[in-house]
This record gives sequence, structure tokens and C-alpha cells, in this order.
Amino acid sequence: MNFAVIVFPGSNCDVDMYKAVEDCLGQPVDYVWYTQTDLSKYDAILIPGGFSYGDYLRTGAMASLAPAMESVKKAAAEGKLVLGVCNGFQILTEAGLLPGALRRNQSLKFHCKYVDLKVESNSTPFTLDYQEGEIIKIPIAHGEGNYYCDPETLNKLQENNQVVFRYEGLNPNGSVDEIAGIINEQGNVLGMMPHPERAVHEWLGSEDGKRMFTSILKYWRERNGAA
Amino acid sequence: MFKATVFVTLRESVLDPQGSAVRGSLHTLGFDEVGEVRIGKYMQLEINLNDRAAAEERVKEMCEKLLANTVIEDYRCELQEV
Repeated sequence: MNFAVIVFPGSNCDVDMYKAVEDCLGQPVDYVWYTQTDLSKYDAILIPGGFSYGDYLRTGAMASLAPAMESVKKAAAEGKLVLGVCNGFQILTEAGLLPGALRRNQSLKFHCKYVDLKVESNSTPFTLDYQEGEIIKIPIAHGEGNYYCDPETLNKLQENNQVVFRYEGLNPNGSVDEIAGIINEQGNVLGMMPHPERAVHEWLGSEDGKRMFTSILKYWRERNGAA
Repeated sequence: MFKATVFVTLRESVLDPQGSAVRGSLHTLGFDEVGEVRIGKYMQLEINLNDRAAAEERVKEMCEKLLANTVIEDYRCELQEV
């Protein structure tokens, strides 16, 4: 299974993402510079966190228009897996691949800490190896993770089971319905504020993020009949 | 040629935590008359077109596509001939 980690000017979790794929799966993974437009060889596209384009105008706004994003949209339409974490989530909403938007944290503070997440759905390609309702420990590091969507969109997300992760206990950013991560209607594009790629070893503080990567591989293997 | 001025603010239905914090500080300073505060962005664009209607149309398109995120923001444009 081939993984791409898209790197924008200002991305800073690209190495973590790359290492997580290497460490958890041992599958081929490439850094893909944002100017590249051919993503045809990749089965999964990972959009890492950071501060692409210095968060100019709005978080993710400029990156959502970068050349590579046209190909990400194409890949998403083909049903390939796309995972956006933190700034990656912001980019996916700005690109229109996921509904809603990420606002400034209600507290106006940048929060960098471990949080508890509830896995609301384990029927997505990204969460197969989790139990539904399981509480996992994953770090967050963001100043603008306050998810917003209008009530109509929220209803749709709830009805279609598109809310994949919710904050358990204290909501760190004020997001609507305690949302930490959502998936698109087709079920192949996931965006989340917490960083699973930073929680792949006990010595990192948690290895609860590991199963997101193993889930992706499992899903791909089931569909492609590969061993 | 036109000078376009674009104002972008959070939509009325969207809570503005920055605005609330600034209101709190204004109250601390004794400006008790201050009600709601909303923070936004101000942008100035040079538009190299001669036709006003065309310029308005283009600036609107820029707002919809990039300058504002209409999921959470409202925008307003003013055009001034220069």
C-alpha cells in the first residue's frame, strides 16, 4: 500500500506522519511536495498538521488552493483514502472536501496536551481496529480547532454517522457537539484535530493512534485481496 | 481602475470569542457602554478593470472563492474609482 504525505510550506507534522506509517505499517511512504500534481500511485493521502502558508488569511485557506489539492480532490472522488490531521483537517474543510469550518478556540488559547477521545464509529476505513465507544488518548496541539457547522449540516452529520470522534470530558476548543473528527458522506475522507501520528508508541505517551494506521492498511488489504 | 475595500466578519450566528474578550477588556477599562464587539478583517485590492459592474462581479467572486469562508464569515465590498 502506497502512502503520500503532502508537504506544504509551513507543514510541521509531516515527519511525524511519515514515521508513523513507517513504524506502524512498514509500508512505502513518500513526502509529496505541494506543487506535485500526479498522485495516481498512492492509495492513501495524508495531510499533516502545521501552519501551511503561515495560516495567512485563514488556516488552510491558501493550502486548499495549492496544485496538489486538485489531485487530492480527484483521489477523494475516486474513493481513495484521505486523512487530514489538525491543519490537514482545516485544509480539507477549506477545500470543500469536508463540511464546516474550524474557528479560533473558544478560550483563545493554543492547547497542547493529551485529551480523551470517544470513538463514535468503527465502521470507517480509519477506525476498523477500534471498539465503538472506546475512549482513546491522543494529543492535540491547536489554536483553531473549534469545529463549526450550521444546525442543518450537524443534523446530517449525526444522521449519517459522520461524527467519528468526540472529545470525552472537557471539550478543549468549544467545537459544536464536542466534535473532534468527522468523515465525508462517502466515508473515505476523514479530518480530525487530534494527532494520532503523535501517539504511536508507549514512550510517546500513548500508542492509541497506532490503530488508525493499522485500520487503514486492513481496509486496503480487504479491498485489494493483498496479504 | 478601482480600489476595492473588502470587510470580512464572522457571521452573526457564529460566536466571536475574540470579540467577547475585547469587550471584556473594554469593560475593564470602564467603557461600560460597549455592547457586542465583533472582530473582522479589512482588505484593500487594486482592481485593473474599467467597468464598475464587471469589477463588482469579480470582487464578489474573489470573496466567495477565497477572501471569505462563507461557512462562518460574511463579507461586504466597496468600490472606489481611482
